Amino acid sequence: MSTQTDLVKSNGAAGAAVLASALGVFITGSLTTLAEISGSLKTALAWSGAVGPLIGKTGVGVIGWLIVWPILHAVWRDKEVNFGTIYIVSLVLIALGWLLTFPPVFEAFSG
Amino acid sequence: MTMTEREFWTVLHGMVFGTVFLLAFAGGFADLWSLKPELITSAGIGERMKRLVIGMWTMAIMAWLTVISGTYIVYPWYRAGDPGSPRSLLLANADTKAWHTFGMEWKEHVGWFAPVLATAAAFIVTYYGPRLAEKNQLRKAALVLFTIAFLAAAVAGSFGAFLNKVAPIR
Repeated sequence: MSTQTDLVKSNGAAGAAVLASALGVFITGSLTTLAEISGSLKTALAWSGAVGPLIGKTGVGVIGWLIVWPILHAVWRDKEVNFGTIYIVSLVLIALGWLLTFPPVFEAFSG
Repeated sequence: MTMTEREFWTVLHGMVFGTVFLLAFAGGFADLWSLKPELITSAGIGERMKRLVIGMWTMAIMAWLTVISGTYIVYPWYRAGDPGSPRSLLLANADTKAWHTFGMEWKEHVGWFAPVLATAAAFIVTYYGPRLAEKNQLRKAALVLFTIAFLAAAVAGSFGAFLNKVAPIR
């Protein structure tokens, strides 16, 4: 997906930022629906009794984003990547993440 | 002119942090949209970048403060198990139940998209600086992330305002 280049400010850093943020959104969305499917996952995500599983669903999404972003940045920052493909994949991940947090969707999986 | 601690945090969460984010969007969007060499001079791009970087990071920080204060301070009061909590009151009445099962359930999750996406957009603007004017594809991507962040905050903010009207936290 990427090629080496001598450009000082290649598009790789932007690709890393866009894809990592989209993954963070997708993880939060996925966990929102998965927590409705699995009662044990919902319990596991309730890191705080006062906040409930919301803390784990959003926490894992943010932690995932914060782990993936620097890794992708380190790998892609000096490279010209196929930004168009990364951008489309990212938009799909964001749309899925959004869809999976929409109550009629995740409640359809509720046990 | 008195206010309880809970009312203070609810106002800070929704009307200060959240509203600043939503109100600042139009300015940031316009600046990022028109960051094109054919529309402004190179001196103008330099001047605009400072404002844009400050504005984008202010919005990202506001979004983080909104979701953190909302989730960790205000939300536990909302969802408390006692029968007088806003959640309990909404669920006890068939006419108001959907405010929780749809409104709050959507708001509490989708709101977290705003700071993540706004931070990514702010990073792109900061990292590329004036070069962003020449990198149309990246500028448009930052603009789209920024707009989706706004839409997520708008959904969360709108339902927050309605919920605070229907079942206020006191």
